[in-house]
Amino acid sequence: MKLTDTYFLTFAAMLFTIGAVGFLVRRNVLVMFMCVELMLNAVNVTFVAFSKSLNDISGQAIVFFVLVVAAAEVAVGLAIIVAIFRRRRGGATADDIDLLRG
Amino acid sequence: MSEVVIFFIMASIALCAALGVVLARNPVHSALLLVTVLISIAVLFIIQDAQLLAAVQVIVYAGAIVVLFLFVIMLLGVDEKESLTEPVKAQRPVAIVLGLVVLAEVLFLAGHQWATGAQQSRGSLQVGDGGNVERVARSLFTDFLWPFEVTAVLLVAAVIGSVVLARRSNKPTIDDEVETS
Repeated sequence: MKLTDTYFLTFAAMLFTIGAVGFLVRRNVLVMFMCVELMLNAVNVTFVAFSKSLNDISGQAIVFFVLVVAAAEVAVGLAIIVAIFRRRRGGATADDIDLLRG
Repeated sequence: MSEVVIFFIMASIALCAALGVVLARNPVHSALLLVTVLISIAVLFIIQDAQLLAAVQVIVYAGAIVVLFLFVIMLLGVDEKESLTEPVKAQRPVAIVLGLVVLAEVLFLAGHQWATGAQQSRGSLQVGDGGNVERVARSLFTDFLWPFEVTAVLLVAAVIGSVVLARRSNKPTIDDEVETS
């Protein structure tokens, strides 16, 4: 039995689905963010799997850019969450934040 | 053979922990299970000859991003109760059905040669001098030099944005207006 890229792609597809469903199902903003991280990681696994199966280094280089975008997204997103919860003392649910103005 | 065993162990750990991230009531548990997912994925990177990425995954994701999450959870307080009322009608069942559709679609694509049979375009994974680190670095600083510079701009924008957002302002907020009116 040999380890082919199909195993990794299947694993990444499952991880992505868990992240996507979790993002839609949960109401806690922080957990929704973690689900975004799960989806980004599934994409990283796909990139590395293709990098291995095609014997091409650029797949690994692109994962770097995904990491940078993930870090930037988390920094700005958590700053937004902190700013929102400093202004209102509610629970951490996404449904309370539906006014689209400051 | 041992690679297959490691893959299945790590993949099942990662998938169970990912389910735990979604299902855990306490956000702190979600964050800790997210670390488990990230470290299992780092092991999967190692068995695919991506040693540098495995290290970066542990340092950046498990080290920095999840710590940031935990920091914010501690700052805002743990909120375990989650409203079960749905603003959009039947959102959760529809989300699960949509997730299954996405899963079927991606699995269909993953098993097909016409979707996955691209040709090698850039430098090789094995050939060339130096180890994995040197080859990734050469790719980053030659083929991907322009995107690399653009990410520097992105990081600066993120730093400025988070500083501006986290700054305390004295203006009345929308909640105050709602309460006074």
